[in-house]
Amino acid sequence: MMKPVQKKYYKKPLKPEIRRTKSAGGNFIDKLHAYRDQHAQALFSSLGRLVASPFTSLMTITVLAIAISLASGFYLLVINLQQVAGNLKASDQISLFLRYEISDSFADKFAETIKRNPNVQQVKLISRKEALEEFKTFSGFGSAIDVMESNPLPIVVQVTPKMTLDDKGSFQHLLESFKQAPEVDIAQVDMQWLERLELILEVARRGATLLSGLLGIGVLFIIGNTIRLELHNRRDEVIIAKLVGATNAFIQRPFLYSGFWIGFISGVAAWFIVTGMMLLLWQSVDKLSRLYGGTFHMLFLSFSETLTLLLISSLLGILGAWGVLVYQLRHTKPV
Amino acid sequence: MRYPEVGDVLRNISFHLQHGEIAFLTGHSGAGKSTLLKLITIMERCSRGHIFLDGQDLTYAKERHIPYLRRKVGFIFQDYKLLQDRTVFDNVALPLVIAGFGHLEVSRRVRAALDKVGLAGKEKKYPVALSGGEQQRVGIARAVVNKPPLIIADEPTGNLDPELSAEIMGLFEKFQQVGVTVLIASHDISLISQLNHRVLKLDHGQLVSSK
Ligand SMILES: Nc1ncnc2c1ncn2[C@@H]1O[C@H](COP(=O)(O)OP(=O)(O)OP(=O)(O)O)[C@@H](O)[C@H]1O
Ligand SMILES: [Mg+2]
Repeated sequence: MMKPVQKKYYKKPLKPEIRRTKSAGGNFIDKLHAYRDQHAQALFSSLGRLVASPFTSLMTITVLAIAISLASGFYLLVINLQQVAGNLKASDQISLFLRYEISDSFADKFAETIKRNPNVQQVKLISRKEALEEFKTFSGFGSAIDVMESNPLPIVVQVTPKMTLDDKGSFQHLLESFKQAPEVDIAQVDMQWLERLELILEVARRGATLLSGLLGIGVLFIIGNTIRLELHNRRDEVIIAKLVGATNAFIQRPFLYSGFWIGFISGVAAWFIVTGMMLLLWQSVDKLSRLYGGTFHMLFLSFSETLTLLLISSLLGILGAWGVLVYQLRHTKPV
Repeated sequence: MRYPEVGDVLRNISFHLQHGEIAFLTGHSGAGKSTLLKLITIMERCSRGHIFLDGQDLTYAKERHIPYLRRKVGFIFQDYKLLQDRTVFDNVALPLVIAGFGHLEVSRRVRAALDKVGLAGKEKKYPVALSGGEQQRVGIARAVVNKPPLIIADEPTGNLDPELSAEIMGLFEKFQQVGVTVLIASHDISLISQLNHRVLKLDHGQLVSSK
């Protein structure tokens, strides 16, 4: 019978508080400032506590930074491989080896007809002589070929189709039509190899995602455990704060900021680790790239990727702390 | 009230405190004084019966309302419960910071409260550098700094000499005059008898007199 009355009371507790502040000269703006001060205080005091125990903080942050840099390292590996594959794709060419008996002039004509095919972007004719020259330079059998009397190489027509390998149906169709042509001996495309690379990349991508997820969960738990320890060390403080009327939000705040700092600093450290490693690899990759005509430029973490990295690690920090706080505060007596 | 390990610690207790009343809670050690006070601040929950604070039934208080209910009560702990790594000032300021007061208001009130308990000038000290009696007075300052309508004190004079005890009691009486209700657990019989206030006597968890 008293219940409706009680309910009314429960909604009230905040009101006298505000009224009292007002009568004491405070107003809404003061409250707001106080609230902001509370946040600033929690922000800096939690950073201060990290600095106050440098050894513990350093160990935690090192572990986290390694985990985060592993995840972002995998990511970079994948996008770099993708870039390489992308460059290879640009040469999705079909090589048509013409029959040996076809003459140069006939080959020219044949190339002209192919060029008119709407699905073809570019056609390049490699004459017997050119083919031989190329073979001499790149194969290392130069002198052996010199002793040969006739040129054993066929004329090659290199066709660059308009569609890429992804457009499998029409690509296959084009290839078939070339194979049917009476002038063509062999129509060849390194499709299988590219397909395989494509698959390997897909595996790498998925693997990197899975590993990153796993490492992220690890980070979450490490931060959670760190916060749990901190909460344990400051148990008295938490209980006293509760007893003088602190809400859970108030108690959680400094710990959430701790989680944020740990995550954020680890993210920054991870960025340095990853970038440092990339710089170490850079020279050798550059050499390798020059061997292949400089088509490959190593990708570092871009500005937005760096922001994402910091955002994710900070979020993991806050989330890890939050999970532990919700659980632990519910089990800290008194309620 | 029942502790699972030892069974009922308090039973058959019924009393009502008026606004602006001072009452002593007395009884032998282990009678259940501290336990009774803990029920009022919801540090423990009662297994049967009802407790009303300012008209609100604490039995039904939801977890998220408890902090606001506690702000209505200034609790003075038998074991002080000070933060050892904070200065006296920060300790006393805690309830105000929690309630969201601006820092000017906080420092004004903290100084006033410390002044009242005779600790002016010790704001920057840490609790370890204070005597037992001084720590107790820091606890008192923290309890009254928020000007709560109810002050609950568990042996607030346990570590004070008679002179200081009398002074603290005088302080409580001053609060009473502005309408604050005060409930003091104490077995300092001489002090209680000197002052003419209501006395609630507990014996083995039962209320035996409440004049
Ligand atoms: N947390 C607890 N768990 C189990 N039993 C408890 C707990 N706290 C107190 N008790 C028991 O409750 C009874 C009352 O204890 P309480 O602390 O209320 O006594 P008190 O009157 O305050 O004594 P004192 O004057 O020595 O402070 C005691 O018998 C004690 O053993
Ligand atoms: Mg006691």
